[in-house]
Amino acid sequence: MSFVPPAPSPLIPAAGHYGEFGGRYVPEILVPPLVALEDAFLRHRDDPSFRAELDELLRRYAGRPTPLTRTRRFLADTHTVLYLKREDLLHGGAHKTNQVLGQMLLAHRTGKRRVIAETGAGQHGVAVAMAGALFGKEVVVYMGEKDCRRQAPNVFRMKLFGARVVPVASGSASLKDAMNEALRDWSESYEDTHYLVGTVAGPHPFPAMVGAFQRVIGEETRAEILEREGRLPDLVAACVGGGSNALGIFAAFLDDPGVDLLGVEAGGEGLETGRHGATLARGRPGILHGMRSLLLQDEEGQVQESHSVSAGLDYPGVGPEHAHLQATGRARYTAAEDREALEAFVALARTEGILPALESAHALAAVAREARDEPERARLVVVNLSGRGDKDLGHVAALLDGEAGR
Amino acid sequence: MSGRFTRLFRRLDGEGRGALVPFAVLGDPDPATGARVLETLAAGADALEVGLPFSDPVADGPTIQRAALRARQTGTTVARGLELVAELRRRHPELPIGLLVYANLVHARGLGSFYARAAAAGIDAVLVPDVPLEEIAPFAEAARTAGVAPVLIAPPNAPENTLEGIARTGREYTYVVTRKGITGVDRGEVDPSATVVRRLAQLGAPPALLGFGIARPEHVRRALATGARGVIVGSALIERLEKEPASLPDYLAELRAATILP
Ligand SMILES: Cc1ncc(COP(=O)(O)O)c(C=O)c1O
Repeated sequence: MSFVPPAPSPLIPAAGHYGEFGGRYVPEILVPPLVALEDAFLRHRDDPSFRAELDELLRRYAGRPTPLTRTRRFLADTHTVLYLKREDLLHGGAHKTNQVLGQMLLAHRTGKRRVIAETGAGQHGVAVAMAGALFGKEVVVYMGEKDCRRQAPNVFRMKLFGARVVPVASGSASLKDAMNEALRDWSESYEDTHYLVGTVAGPHPFPAMVGAFQRVIGEETRAEILEREGRLPDLVAACVGGGSNALGIFAAFLDDPGVDLLGVEAGGEGLETGRHGATLARGRPGILHGMRSLLLQDEEGQVQESHSVSAGLDYPGVGPEHAHLQATGRARYTAAEDREALEAFVALARTEGILPALESAHALAAVAREARDEPERARLVVVNLSGRGDKDLGHVAALLDGEAGR
Repeated sequence: MSGRFTRLFRRLDGEGRGALVPFAVLGDPDPATGARVLETLAAGADALEVGLPFSDPVADGPTIQRAALRARQTGTTVARGLELVAELRRRHPELPIGLLVYANLVHARGLGSFYARAAAAGIDAVLVPDVPLEEIAPFAEAARTAGVAPVLIAPPNAPENTLEGIARTGREYTYVVTRKGITGVDRGEVDPSATVVRRLAQLGAPPALLGFGIARPEHVRRALATGARGVIVGSALIERLEKEPASLPDYLAELRAATILP
């Protein structure tokens, strides 16, 4: 089986537009590098030697295919049959590795000596630093000053891999500002530098390219569930920050109308408090980071800060294809609050012996909520367990301590 | 349409001078001081480019980012910023005024409505730095409908078809950037290439104003030597405002002296 999506495929939409969303809203100076990147992507992904090398990396370096684990106890009190797609077992600890290897190989084959990235939780930064070490690239990771503090272990990991981590103090000092800074760097450095965007957001071709490299999650899931259950799942669920792990698993089911697709955003402290990251639920159309998508913004269009217990979902924008899937009704989106995600984190640990990333715990929480609302409903469900929770241990320990103290 | 910029260029041609166009963020460092700054600039320059403060100024370096942050923190909203322009317009009926505004502030209001408000405030031209030629059509159309000139940015790496598009779409002036990257004062030398300026002129594009990194009289002279019709001075001016605001009139006079063509 090949891990690289076959060509030709409809993954690159015309000019990167998904209905009214997407596009390439960047300073003119970035248009030629984006056009060159799109050309390179289309050329290399159809090149058998590129595909073979990426296959090899995904298999023997990263550990694909990842298992599909049927839970034994997590929702045993309901009629839900739940499978977890175990991206947490991938090298690097999250799904990020899939597409980072794809883009890193592309950067390598197009002769870039330097790679830059933005990161929020640090998972994407870690994956880039890791792959950069493997390919001998100079790696610079932009990270909000606030995130550097709350994700200190990942900063250390990136440095161990030889990357330079640049704290970004401007704006809200979080992921959106890190992305601004990476775009600023790239508008000067594009000749010898690849900008390795971390999710299905940003200007065309990033949403399409990242989605294509993440599609492997869905392809594997679809093949294995058919083999083991003899049918397609009723529901596929994933958390949505920028939306890459969700799109990766959704992609293989988009043409199966019987498969319900559920994206789960950060409900933070509650949608009504205004402190959340639920862009699809509460955002309005806007333009940021090179794309027209939904955006958390105030009345006049200033971009607002998002809030989430999980840094990886703490983003006021969302990938344009999700905005489109919501508009067409092909996927539905909900939110899980910090508290619910934390409960699901603990529950999965206690019932399955698996520590999910706090991001992934949002998807588990939403599925658990639906299962408990209708415990008699028999459904075959797959949750994309996008990452492992090791990075969150310090944070979760502090949160649980706080609760125990109350 | 022959607007104030066009009339300015015609007049300066007669005088044998290039245009000095300072850039300031509206309401920096606060609305009252910002209004006085605009007056000083209007008195010492040929035209103005003003920017609405935005949360995510992706085309700007640290200096202009700081200015935008100061302005937002002291209460300059889009509405307040446009009022500052309207006040300026009342006192200077013939001053050409260009507005730099990031796409989301235009989009959030609705394109038609935003450009109409800009026109009502007395703005001549609008430049949206994060909307490239390939996405410009609805913006340019809304601008022209409102009687405002759409201005486009021509970077040094623009291919021929982009330059052609800019020549076709832009009105009043073309913002030609001297180098790669974002706004800011270089430590290195400013050495703009004449290639883009010349090609744009051949294509019949609106007059070129050169910007990015221009700080000193010799930069101005070198910029005008490319055939550009003027210069835009942003970050260097804002740094002056931060450090020694009282020196602003002298600084403008020094730069303006360098706009006299040899
Ligand atoms: C484990 C994990 N899941 C999900 C996300 C959110 O990103 P996306 O929505 O692109 O999958 C992150 C981001 O850091 C992550 O680390």
